[in-house]
Amino acid sequence: MEGQADRDGDLRFQPTAGSAVSAFQHLEQAPEDPILGVTVAYNKDPSPVKLNLGVGAYRTEEGKPLVLDVVRQAEELLIQDRSRYKEYIPIAGLVEFNKLSAKLILGDGSPAIGEKRVATAQCLSGTGSLRVGAEFLSKHYSQHIIYIPVPTWGNHPKIFNLGGLSVKTYRYYDPRTSGLDYEGMLEDLHAAPPGAIVLLHACAHNPTGVDPTQDQWEGIRQLIRLKGLLPFFDSAYQGFASGSLDADAYSVRLFVGDGGECLIAQSFAKNMGLYGERVGALSIVCRSATVATRVESQLKLVIRPMYSSPPIHGASIVATILSDRNLYYNWTVELKNMADRIISMRHQLYDALKARGTPGDWSHIIKQIGMFTFTGLNKDQVSFMTAEYHIYLTSDGRISMAGLSSKTVPHLADAIHAAVLRLG
Amino acid sequence: MAVIDNSQLSLCQKKFDGLRVGYAFAKRKSSSSLKVKSVSRINMALATDVSRFEGVTMAPPDPILGVSEAFKADTNDLKLNLGVGAYRTEDLQPYVLNVVKKAENMMLEKGENKEYLPIEGLAAFNKATVELLLGADNDATKQGRVATVQGLSGTGSLRLAAAFIQRYFPGVQVLISSPTWGNHKNIFNDAGVPWSEYRYYDPKTVGLDFEGMIADIKAAPSGSFVLLHGCAHNPTGIDPTPEQWEKIADVIQEKDLTAFFDVAYQGFASGSLDEDASSVRLFVARGMEVFVAQSYSKNLGLYAERIGAINVVCSSSDAAIRVKSQLKRLARPMYSNPPVHGAQIVANVVGNPTLFDEWKSEMELMSGRIKGVRQRLYDNLSAKDKTGKDWSFVLRQIGMFSFTGLNKAQSENMSNKWHIYMTKDGRISLAGLSLSKCEYLADAIVDSYYNVS
Repeated sequence: MEGQADRDGDLRFQPTAGSAVSAFQHLEQAPEDPILGVTVAYNKDPSPVKLNLGVGAYRTEEGKPLVLDVVRQAEELLIQDRSRYKEYIPIAGLVEFNKLSAKLILGDGSPAIGEKRVATAQCLSGTGSLRVGAEFLSKHYSQHIIYIPVPTWGNHPKIFNLGGLSVKTYRYYDPRTSGLDYEGMLEDLHAAPPGAIVLLHACAHNPTGVDPTQDQWEGIRQLIRLKGLLPFFDSAYQGFASGSLDADAYSVRLFVGDGGECLIAQSFAKNMGLYGERVGALSIVCRSATVATRVESQLKLVIRPMYSSPPIHGASIVATILSDRNLYYNWTVELKNMADRIISMRHQLYDALKARGTPGDWSHIIKQIGMFTFTGLNKDQVSFMTAEYHIYLTSDGRISMAGLSSKTVPHLADAIHAAVLRLG
Repeated sequence: MAVIDNSQLSLCQKKFDGLRVGYAFAKRKSSSSLKVKSVSRINMALATDVSRFEGVTMAPPDPILGVSEAFKADTNDLKLNLGVGAYRTEDLQPYVLNVVKKAENMMLEKGENKEYLPIEGLAAFNKATVELLLGADNDATKQGRVATVQGLSGTGSLRLAAAFIQRYFPGVQVLISSPTWGNHKNIFNDAGVPWSEYRYYDPKTVGLDFEGMIADIKAAPSGSFVLLHGCAHNPTGIDPTPEQWEKIADVIQEKDLTAFFDVAYQGFASGSLDEDASSVRLFVARGMEVFVAQSYSKNLGLYAERIGAINVVCSSSDAAIRVKSQLKRLARPMYSNPPVHGAQIVANVVGNPTLFDEWKSEMELMSGRIKGVRQRLYDNLSAKDKTGKDWSFVLRQIGMFSFTGLNKAQSENMSNKWHIYMTKDGRISLAGLSLSKCEYLADAIVDSYYNVS
């Protein structure tokens, strides 16, 4: 063969190499994704007491990933069904899945569904639904500014920017109260230009776990409708936050109930444990059925050049479960168990900190809702916890309660205690 | 301009009583034009039922996928769907490969979890896919010079590459063949990548316009990308010969262009995985940097699972690491991480020697059936066409599709008169054709070609 490659596999010394200069000379290494990179770092750590509280993926009390029983049962049914094949599903996804997903978030008997005013497309989980929605709005909506809360999920601004929207913020989290800065939120939304898009976390705000009360949702709704703003809901935790599918859909249904328009991105990653299958849906609630039909046709034009059509497996599992009374009921039971375990972790952590006399008011741990707790710890305290206690979390102080167990709560409490005392 | 009266103001005030936030227009009684304007616009929004999406127009049906929709709507018994490239058996039934069924059963028994894959996809899949493409013993792989990211089948992999080109080679063109798969242009348009065409199909010979192709590639600005179909060109079925591939590589090297392969039919075209990858391997063996988008839709029949990969063969492992990191940065805001199911199927089939061999047999069967159908169609056309026209291009073309040479009006006649559904560019999918229907199809083609202009 021509010339040995040297140890780096550097082709410069190989006579058959084309040009010596790579087309990629100017490329820099991108940093690891700040959230998913936590797991990368965790995996590298050899410590036996390491704890991964980074990504929001549910873990059992034994610290293991969980595949729901109903999911396994659905997969058995699918694999035994000889009439199933793997040909391309429609660009907008499985029809049955879309109907059932819309029904799940909007409620049985929602007039929006009855009046055929909802355009739904199966997309790749929450991220994919948000991205398709953003691209649709950047092509077909007059306003290209979206307001996102501070803080929000790290991936939100990137999704919207690449989707063709520009991003502005509204106040949300109040570090002084570890709660909602309601007045600040309303002021900032009031100052938004008419028609601007507003991203709202339907429930279990990520990363803070701080949600508006029902009264506050009503105030937000009135303001948004009065200012003619366009709500875009991110619903990633329906049923997972409180344990009740209906309760967790309250905010969305409140808005849809007034007859106005909105976008909704749904994810089945957490509530059905289908993370890696990438199942979700984008619904656009329109004023009329004719508009919804045209909107759906244009969603297809966004999707086709992105990935042609969505993956069949996860959506088939969801459709199987949602359309079968027994599976559906069993799902709600498993869902409540997951939500309850997380709530129990909240109480255990709170009690453990109180028992240690850790300085500060830690009641936000039990007031916040959903998978995450915004601890209020700063970057240095977080680094300290990782270095000294092998606890992995995002640098904003967000911990995934789903990654905790009764056995590991004491270790976490020790770490927080030490971090607060050392660097408080 | 509307005038606000006090009653409207107090109404607004009431709505916000519970909010303890002052609103300028509720407090001030002067109707400054700014306040009046904003409130009247608000009142309008509330009063009318106009959708903010009222101006959204109805999109036309997808030219390829829309064919199946039209076919479904047709109630005629003789109807034939030669639109989408999805393989059908002789009974015109969809086909799930045996190895796929076995792999899925294995996966269910193993009880794999459903955790998020890394952004770049399933490691076992990525390893398998690059080995399939470049060969197990390939230097580029051994030297760590290939950046591989699992993508959403061919389309998703092309889109990731397009987004990468837009970001790191802004303004640089991609040259695409004339004609090419209909969705290529949409992908580059939506990604914001400019494109231009190089001559490819010669309607006079129903063959390759090689001189035109070479001339157009030579004329491209330095640094441009050239999109090449690795094998079984879609829609024409016309591939360069090995000698022609060498010349194409020569030109691309001379002119400092970058080859970008779309490999959607590896193993499916000739029946041999190695033979169908020979064009890509030729370029890589020369040490060229190339992009390769792969799809497992056809060769493993995994259409709806959306499984493929984007591979970037770089001149150093350092470049490959950096390229991969930037591809991940583009995937994260698009869908975060790719779907696990299809990737597991591929990894299980390729990783299991028995299943892998069985897969090769099934691929030979599929490509064999298509070759058989080509032969029967050719025989029928030759018999029915009394003018002595040479239909042998049907035999020379390769892969799932055949470019019949029919124009738009003639293709429409195929649907309207004969209930045969195909794309308007004259492309038919042989995968949707059975031996028993070849005669009917031949009648339709002869009628459309000679009686419609």
